[in-house]
Amino acid sequence: MNSAFTVFMRYVARVEVGLKPGHSDPEGETTRDSLVEMNYAVESVKVSKVYEILVEASSLEEAKKMVDEMCRRLLANPVKDNYKISIEESR
Amino acid sequence: MDHNNIKACIVRVGGTNCDAETKRSFEELNVKAEVLHLNEIVKSNNLLEFDILVFPGGFSFGDYVRAGAILAKSFSAKLNRRLKDFVEEGKPILGICNGFQVLVEAGLLPAFDGISKYPEAALATNLPIGFRCRWVYLKHENLGNCVFTKKIPKGKVLRMPIAHAEGRFMFPKDNEGSCLEKLVDNDQLVFRYCDEQGRGTGGKYPYNPNGSYYSIAGICNPEGTVFGLMPHPERAFYGWQLPDWTRGEKPSEFGDGRLIFESVVEHVASKI
Repeated sequence: MNSAFTVFMRYVARVEVGLKPGHSDPEGETTRDSLVEMNYAVESVKVSKVYEILVEASSLEEAKKMVDEMCRRLLANPVKDNYKISIEESR
Repeated sequence: MDHNNIKACIVRVGGTNCDAETKRSFEELNVKAEVLHLNEIVKSNNLLEFDILVFPGGFSFGDYVRAGAILAKSFSAKLNRRLKDFVEEGKPILGICNGFQVLVEAGLLPAFDGISKYPEAALATNLPIGFRCRWVYLKHENLGNCVFTKKIPKGKVLRMPIAHAEGRFMFPKDNEGSCLEKLVDNDQLVFRYCDEQGRGTGGKYPYNPNGSYYSIAGICNPEGTVFGLMPHPERAFYGWQLPDWTRGEKPSEFGDGRLIFESVVEHVASKI
């Protein structure tokens, strides 16, 4: 319930979106090939995207719920992507 | 035939392209076509005045997040009820290239059980990786459900250009077989990549240009009214757009892309 006394806090979420295991990652493979050409002993490269999201919410729980919904609706495509969220109060 | 009472809306936002070619293709068939910015459609609240809606090619919103994702969510957020009404009234929606990515991200395709909240398929990075801009062969697989290909006999091989970096069609890996079965059973499969003789690609490059599952190039919804494809029919509308148009004795007047526009226009004309 949003009463007049609800205090909104700011939270900062770090969302990492990457491909689910077993999915080919042509960008990662191309990057690996380049690193190997540069004589690094690289076995594999996986590419992810990181979003840093500043949100307002009444609690940590609510902020987590909100960011999770953002991931499912926009930031990740559940057909091919996994996502990880770490979230804390913003200072 | 005069189709001046038919109105097509081509959505424009930052990064869309081939909207002019799409407009011209409709106009060649005497359809009134307008290119409208998403904000104009929202402001004039006139989406339902149109008979056909098109999401053209391009790189809408810079393809940020994922190709087509932002336009999909932005359109759905701003015109949610109108978009649903448009689909429920059975009005045709076409998604070309980036437009196909938009329809998949918006849950309008494959839409096995109606418009889905989350995407049920994906158009992933090409395999082999790279932006591919060239002509491909497509085999028409639809049995008559799709209103955009009614004039094309099943099995016909068509030639159209592609221009994309994220066109690898895929279903969730854990149930891709059952999704494909549903797609075929519902007559939602429309185009598959093939060779010049219409033979299957075996999933192999170069005939399958992007590593698409089952060589899928275009699908429609169960009702056959929402259709998305990676190739560009508006870039294969006139004979002079074809790569070999100067080589033959008598260049063909039109390309295969025209059949898609003709099919949908005839479908709409029969409804009005």
